[in-house]
Amino acid sequence: MTTNRRHTLLLGAVALSMSLLAAACGADPGGSDPGGGSAAPASTAAANEVQAALDAGGTLKVWAWEPTLKQVVAGFQAKYPKVTVDLVNAGTGNDQYTALQNAIKAGSGVPDVAQIEYYALPQFSLAKSVTDLRAFGADQLQGTFTPGPWASVHSGAGVYGLPMDSGPMALFYNKDVFDKHGIEVPATWDDFVAAAEKLHAADPKAYITNDTGDAGFTTSLIWQAGGRPYQVDGTSVAVNFGDAGTQKFTSTWQKLVSGKLVAPIGSWSDAWYKGLSDGTIASLVIGAWMPANLESGVKAGAGKWRVAPMPQWESGGKATSENGGSSLAVPEAAANKALAYAFLKYAAVEEGVQARVDGGAFPATTAQLSSPAFQDKEFPYFGGQQVNKVLAESANQVADGWSYLPYQVYANSVFNDTVGKAYAGGATLSEGLKSWQDASIKYGQEQGFSVR
Amino acid sequence: MTSKPLVIRHARHVRHARRHPVRRRSATLTALTGIMLVYSLLPLAWLLVNATKTQEGLLGSNGLWFAGEFALFDNVAATLTYDGGIFTRWLLNTVLYVVLGAGGATLLATVAGYGLAKFDFPGKKAVFAVVIGAVAVPGTALAVPTFLMFSRMGLTDTPWAIIVPSLVSPFGLYLMWTYAAGAVPDEILESARVDGSREFHTFVRIGLPLLAPGIVTVLLFTVVATWNNYFLPLIMLKDPDWYPLTLGLAGWNAQAVTAGGDVIFNLVITGSLLTIIPLIAAFLLLQRYWQSGLAAGSVKG
Amino acid sequence: MAVTRRSWTGWRFAGPFLAVFALVYVAPIAYSFYLSLFRTRLIGGTTFVGFDNYVQAVGDPQFWSAFGRVALFLAVQVPIMLFLALLAALAIDSGRLYGTGFFRISVFLPYAVPAAVAALMWGFMYGAQFGLVGDLNDAFGLSLPDPLSAELVLLSIGNIVTWEFVGYNMLILYSALRVVNPSLYEAAQIDGAGQLRIVWAIKLPALRGALLVATIFSIIGSFHLFNEPAILRNLAPNAITTYFTPNLYAYWLSFAGQRFDYSAAIAIVMGVITMVVAYAVQLRGMRRGALS
Repeated sequence: MTTNRRHTLLLGAVALSMSLLAAACGADPGGSDPGGGSAAPASTAAANEVQAALDAGGTLKVWAWEPTLKQVVAGFQAKYPKVTVDLVNAGTGNDQYTALQNAIKAGSGVPDVAQIEYYALPQFSLAKSVTDLRAFGADQLQGTFTPGPWASVHSGAGVYGLPMDSGPMALFYNKDVFDKHGIEVPATWDDFVAAAEKLHAADPKAYITNDTGDAGFTTSLIWQAGGRPYQVDGTSVAVNFGDAGTQKFTSTWQKLVSGKLVAPIGSWSDAWYKGLSDGTIASLVIGAWMPANLESGVKAGAGKWRVAPMPQWESGGKATSENGGSSLAVPEAAANKALAYAFLKYAAVEEGVQARVDGGAFPATTAQLSSPAFQDKEFPYFGGQQVNKVLAESANQVADGWSYLPYQVYANSVFNDTVGKAYAGGATLSEGLKSWQDASIKYGQEQGFSVR
Repeated sequence: MTSKPLVIRHARHVRHARRHPVRRRSATLTALTGIMLVYSLLPLAWLLVNATKTQEGLLGSNGLWFAGEFALFDNVAATLTYDGGIFTRWLLNTVLYVVLGAGGATLLATVAGYGLAKFDFPGKKAVFAVVIGAVAVPGTALAVPTFLMFSRMGLTDTPWAIIVPSLVSPFGLYLMWTYAAGAVPDEILESARVDGSREFHTFVRIGLPLLAPGIVTVLLFTVVATWNNYFLPLIMLKDPDWYPLTLGLAGWNAQAVTAGGDVIFNLVITGSLLTIIPLIAAFLLLQRYWQSGLAAGSVKG
Repeated sequence: MAVTRRSWTGWRFAGPFLAVFALVYVAPIAYSFYLSLFRTRLIGGTTFVGFDNYVQAVGDPQFWSAFGRVALFLAVQVPIMLFLALLAALAIDSGRLYGTGFFRISVFLPYAVPAAVAALMWGFMYGAQFGLVGDLNDAFGLSLPDPLSAELVLLSIGNIVTWEFVGYNMLILYSALRVVNPSLYEAAQIDGAGQLRIVWAIKLPALRGALLVATIFSIIGSFHLFNEPAILRNLAPNAITTYFTPNLYAYWLSFAGQRFDYSAAIAIVMGVITMVVAYAVQLRGMRRGALS
């Protein structure tokens, strides 16, 4: 499941490590990929192959950091006693991608299954370092997943991973703080700004939310606002933060930044957890995977927090976007792809999904999202609120047509070099986004893309 | 500086000298160094205070003072038992890396430093240039090439990937080089050679005791460096069974930034405190060898 | 200083070290140099480009801005740190301190703190919201500037590095003092020399070699500055850019930018500059008679 684009706290190196795609690209002779457009093998043959692999058994190495996969592995091994799964936490997010790229380039130690966040997947699929799962009939799974995540695992017609979870966004807020200062739950972003002003005026130590410049958050909000800054067509990409949707975002968010109405605290730091605990960070607009984090990391907030729909850009609007979420993919160099795919299906489509939901994960499968057991679940942490109803609704309202750059990992990594200036007071958000655009274009050209 | 030869001439006549015959302690000097002491210890006080807090206590109290509940022992117990007691496994791994890596590094640096200080040999100047030149290149940028090389040699994901690079301490080499140049008088070596002692034997019998304070210093540095080695294991190891403490703790820390992760800052802090304790023990154990220069000096002087 | 005729005996002593050194230092550098002659693209694969990466590095404003920053750091922080370390070493060696042992280990301890926890610790110390700075502001009605702002962050990093390495350098110098033959002090006192005179005439000359080593490695450390900005970057991502120091830049290019070829070129250019500076300091030191 995933999350963050920024690892706070950890050793710098952790925060830094990111993917090394060029490595993979150079080393990968690129042989066996079915390629875009060619017909997938007949699904029955594929199903037979997967079943045969399960019957034969063997060992699978899985690289993932998502905690609920432990239960999935246990269930999988119980169901298929001939299969042994070696679940390794090879680092969170970028650390793991670096390790994966290194292993791919070295040609040894490549896992059979790897967890890859949606925003990072295009890099791997473009380099053909992960397998097009249509070879195993993954294209038949259309309709199994909600549209957002399903689109995220596609590159062209190819399916390069199975969605493991999703992060449709919602507003998480501290009801106690809101009530204390008489703040209404904001339905629009204009309301949100007004609430921010009111709260900060009432209590100068308190902020509506925190933001120090986060690429994932910013792109998610632009996504919701209708901006489509990235256009990707194979090896041809366009980057343009000048569109109307982006401007909608910058004009509103600039008010919060200029007015110093957002706490200058980076997400995931201990100061962040502190602010969430003591109410000085009063709300978060964040992915649907957040409940488990609040329950575990912000115990002092039990009973105080609630979930509401994501604020809208237009009054009465019903558009949301995705924030985070990951897929499970099979590296091209995996030793036993059929068996790996069997695990993917178990974890992302079959019994594994429920095991993960029970562990607090937010699914990407329509079956779970619409099931009464899921929707009606009452969360004591949220004062008994049926939180999943709000979150599942958000999942159905994710705006379509979004795509990430095929080198989004790098682009996000230089976000604070450019847009960060807007938070330090040296530029406006629009100017910051413009220089981010320039940096992204320059990098794309260096990497051989045709950039418009 | 001009008086140095003069003093040395005098020194030859003085045996069994006591270090600092006059030992008046100075309160002023102590107070001045006290400032530095506070500067050094303040952040560590934070660590100590916060190791006594629960996860909720950490988030709900001032950093420099105790939270209501004193949870140090609970935290220690939780650290040692979390995730099936994996902390102990990491601790043992770290000890293994330190014993072989730092021990080997100190040995190699001592022998080589002595050799460079006390022998003239073809290529000696080049050795200096090559070592400085190689150290001058920032290692982080070389991480990937090193990984690829080690992978080809089949060393990645084994303890050797950590131990072999730890065997080299260029800094230790320089330190031993200068110490040996200053601490081992040529005259003694000359006379040992006249007595027909073999070179390696001379080194062990005469060089080593004289170098003891330097060796202890280098050992201390290599122990700490290996103990806190993070970057190399991060690149080289993926099997948690071979993780050292640093990598394990960083993994625990990372749980706070993972959706669905168990936030355990309290165990990270307590684990870090536990990580420092063996280093303090090593320091206390080793520091008495700084005195040995006195004994060696008075006998051989 | 060498006492024997030129012979190969020295190699038997230096050989084992140099063999491992060749494996873990020289070979990766050679391999990196080889890689730096190519350029690998996501689209288009790998091509031989000769010294293009070096040409790009020399004309890269981000690289030079990073270099300027560490040069400033070197000029200011290293002298302060070494001076403090020298004072501390002389103080504990003087035998005139109460609690020498406690002082010695306390000042050394910061070096032993693992980086993961140093991040937490300094996040607290520098925190303008919940940290010590915030507490001081609240308690005394101050408005201390944010130590993690773009203007002050280099100073804040200098403080951390000093905190970490004063004790480390103190030990280098202290142990060099411990190998001084104590009879020298006795002799000096017979000659009627006072404490300051002993420091000036015996201790400082005896420290010259160790001081030189400490200086050279501090120069290298400054030019390679990486850990501290990388840690603080998590707390101050907008003040510390990805090209804040040359090493951070090289790392970022390699790990986030997949430009390990260009990253290698940056590292090698930086290595050459570092070597020239270190070598100049070394030569100067040797002329004054430190290393043989």
